[in-house]
Amino acid sequence: MSSIVSVSNLSKTYAGGYRALNDVSLEIAEGEILALLGPNGAGKTTLISIVCGIVNASEGSVRVGGYDIIKDYRRTRELIGLVPQELTLGHFDTVWNTLCFSRGLFGKKPDPAYLERLLRDLSLWSKRDTEIMALSGGMKRRVLIGKALSHQPRVLFLDEPTAGVDVDLRKDMWGLVRGLRESGVTIILTTHYIEEAEEIADRVGIIADGRLILVDDKQALMQKLGRKAMIIELEQPLARVPDTLAVWGLELSGDGCQLTYTYDPRSARTGIPGLLQAISEAGLLLKDFKTTQSSLEEIFVGLVKGKA
Amino acid sequence: MNIQAVKVIYKYEMLRAWETLLQSFASPVISTALYFVVFGSAIGGRIERVDGVAYGSFIVPGLMMLALLTQSIANASFGIFFPKFTGTIYEVMSAPVSFMEILLGYVGAAATKSLIIGLIILATAGFFVPLEIAHPVWMCAFLLLTCISFSLFGFIIGLWAKDFEKLQLIPLLVITPLVFLGGSFYSVSMLPPTWQTVTLFNPVVYLISGFRWSFFEVSDVSVGTSLSIVLLFLGLCLLVVWWMFRTGYRLRQ
Repeated sequence: MSSIVSVSNLSKTYAGGYRALNDVSLEIAEGEILALLGPNGAGKTTLISIVCGIVNASEGSVRVGGYDIIKDYRRTRELIGLVPQELTLGHFDTVWNTLCFSRGLFGKKPDPAYLERLLRDLSLWSKRDTEIMALSGGMKRRVLIGKALSHQPRVLFLDEPTAGVDVDLRKDMWGLVRGLRESGVTIILTTHYIEEAEEIADRVGIIADGRLILVDDKQALMQKLGRKAMIIELEQPLARVPDTLAVWGLELSGDGCQLTYTYDPRSARTGIPGLLQAISEAGLLLKDFKTTQSSLEEIFVGLVKGKA
Repeated sequence: MNIQAVKVIYKYEMLRAWETLLQSFASPVISTALYFVVFGSAIGGRIERVDGVAYGSFIVPGLMMLALLTQSIANASFGIFFPKFTGTIYEVMSAPVSFMEILLGYVGAAATKSLIIGLIILATAGFFVPLEIAHPVWMCAFLLLTCISFSLFGFIIGLWAKDFEKLQLIPLLVITPLVFLGGSFYSVSMLPPTWQTVTLFNPVVYLISGFRWSFFEVSDVSVGTSLSIVLLFLGLCLLVVWWMFRTGYRLRQ
């Protein structure tokens, strides 16, 4: 699949000398959902802001739809919709007026039928004549999404779209994002919620200290970096792990009734059959066992702390 | 050119004025009417004719300029400062619009509002004093040029200001004194010779003088000089705004 956004060696140093982005390169395929994960101040918003034209890059270049964001800013910006992190809305505007304003700003002629469809999809049609200050936080968030989609962009940037919204609304947002992807929109979202990336992203990029540490397919990332653990429950508690089992690096927990064996699922030999045999030879009686896989959150924390 | 963007910005700004009708239009008209009552009727009756013009009529161009300058600056500076303050400016900055299109939208709306106020004040003045306009075309030209150039100046202030205090700083501490000392209520020739020389450093003198000439054919400085100063100021403001957008001054980090 071809790249719709191409970031090359992008760096940003703010006036105070703070280096928010450091030599970031990234290719985003058309139609995918890319989640950018990173702690506060990692550079996620700076990266998005440069692509959208709100912040000037110090070094490097960005192309959107094959066009340079500086030389061909009109073409690139027409392709992009942005949902900012903050609820930045004109509080005295009505929902309908603010969407009409956004659409016109991006050079599109009025299209009441499209805007009506959009507001209905966002469950905001009944609020079209309501002033924004009278809306709830979740509704304001949806208005921002509506504004960003009002000019029918091909690339949508969502900067922490579900920050501060309740679980139900978050799930509605995920449904909306999936629906947009099905309509061919490329989506780049930043988030603190790992479950969000795990739930809806195709690929995950991890940013820390202005550097893009890693970008990979979500499943591949979990396979590559995820550890699996086998938890063995014993009939009788142990005071300590028997010496004959020391080679397996087992952890004893659950008041001595639980042994945890961590292994690499990619390895041809996981060591599980040998371990089970050794447990049997040690005279330990098995009650139950299960396996678990590292979540994206654990992978993320591991990468950011440099100990994945 | 992104005509749709110009249209929606212009419409948005005009709608804002319409929604705050009293504040936008009635307030400056009431203030100016009070000036007519105080200076034109109460004090003006005791003052002889100035340069052959009845005092009440003489102050009309100056009062119009006073309102035009303050309103142009206030409208344009608030128009761009408020989205900056609330953060909604992100949308304009990320839209496919050039600096000229942004200017046409914001400054065009601010200038239109000022022009409407100016015309309302002119009509109001007709109720208080007899008025004749010797050169209506030149009057319109000065009116338009003033609205546009000072709206541009206001736009610069709005971009420059980081908070509401700074937004008020230049209009209150610089513009208002310059207008009051720029011959709004008197002819420069009424001042002592030294002050006549000093007052020529006040650019507003040229503006009021040219505008007054279009009404009564009397002026403190030549019309050509007045027009040149206004055009120079307009060019200078355009240059500053262009530079601000080019460098992203207080807009793009």
